[in-house]
Amino acid sequence: MDWGFIGSHVMDFVAGAWVTLRFGLYGVGCSLVLGLLCCLARYFRVPVLRSVAHGYIELARNTPLLVQLFFLYAGLPRVGVRLSAEACAVIGLTFLGGAYMSEAFRSGLESVEKSQREAGECLGLTRAQNIRYVLLPQALATAAPALFANVIFLIKETSMFSVLAMMDLMNVADTLRTSGGRTVEVLFMLVVAYLALLLPVSLAATFTERRLRYAGFGNQHSV
Amino acid sequence: MQDLGISILFKGVNFQRLLLGLWVTLRIALITIGISTALGLLFGLLMMSRSRAARGFCRVWLEIVRFMPQLVLLYLVYFGFARLFGWNLEGETSAILVFSFWGTAEMGDLFRGALTSIPRHQRESAAALGLTKAQINRYILLPQTARRLLPQAINLSTRIIKTTALVKMINVTEVLKVGQQIIGQFYREPSVAFWVYATVFLMYFLICWPISLLAGRLETRWSAG
Repeated sequence: MDWGFIGSHVMDFVAGAWVTLRFGLYGVGCSLVLGLLCCLARYFRVPVLRSVAHGYIELARNTPLLVQLFFLYAGLPRVGVRLSAEACAVIGLTFLGGAYMSEAFRSGLESVEKSQREAGECLGLTRAQNIRYVLLPQALATAAPALFANVIFLIKETSMFSVLAMMDLMNVADTLRTSGGRTVEVLFMLVVAYLALLLPVSLAATFTERRLRYAGFGNQHSV
Repeated sequence: MQDLGISILFKGVNFQRLLLGLWVTLRIALITIGISTALGLLFGLLMMSRSRAARGFCRVWLEIVRFMPQLVLLYLVYFGFARLFGWNLEGETSAILVFSFWGTAEMGDLFRGALTSIPRHQRESAAALGLTKAQINRYILLPQTARRLLPQAINLSTRIIKTTALVKMINVTEVLKVGQQIIGQFYREPSVAFWVYATVFLMYFLICWPISLLAGRLETRWSAG
């Protein structure tokens, strides 16, 4: 292992990790919003929207991100829709992530007793209030593990951004590997970089899940 | 102009070439699913073993798989093994190795989850009724585990199929690569790229969607019973 080589290229990997993290988080943020909207459309059986959401979820969950990215980045421009690499990255990750997040939210919402929603309605809460104060807090507690698993999944999926010619971790490593021939060092740094990115997320997940379990919503005593 | 693009897809053997490319990824996926299922069951048993060392070993394996993007693992094996051990593995072999390494751990974890989710009283009642250990496994635990495991295992299979698209990144000539060859060949007709990628997208969807539907249906039917 050539530590001198590693030392002189640490900053390249830091820059790559920043690209990975930044666009990963944009994607995660947008996925959460899109996922929640799709999930609510289906939960409240909003006409038309629920079918659109359902179709979208099936489409996104059953195709690889790599193919989605190629379609966005190399296919669409040929019929006149030009998007920057960064836009493709966020759109692609959101397209994929929204479907997964929606399923996670749905499992959470479905675990909330129907009587909760009805009680909220009886008390005269508007639909928005009902979602905000009654349904979501309970659903989130159940959905948290799945949501965190999705966050880790999505950040890992950003490794495909290199096909968009973005200088993310994967592309930094690839460039260094092909130019310098120090394959082992480069791969070692790649592994370390992904660990450094994902370990905190995983720890945060464990911590949050433990806190939520303390919060307990009555029905969890049996677990 | 755009009609021209789509007609090129069906010109000559272009569509057959795409299908052959798709078969390359599917073949990798099928072999991977087979290996992952067989080894995954062993992995699951190992995860529940009494030996702390065995459990620790599984834990590390599972964490590696959870933390590392599959693409990174592919690079490690395809480029790294050549450097470290002088093994020049072919792209397809590397892919099967990596995806099986990943699939085994995931399948094992699903198996463990399914088995441990069966309430303890099932085993105890069977024992109280005088069933032997083998009978308990055969008639009580196995059927219930299978019902919980199968939908999730099928879902894992679609994930494996989707992940095999990655082999393009280690120079395996699969459907995306073939698509790019066709695009290069008909570069005078730019819209062909749109149709090629749309077709590949649709191909994956048409393979994975029915499988997902099956998993969903089994899940609802068996969870009711």
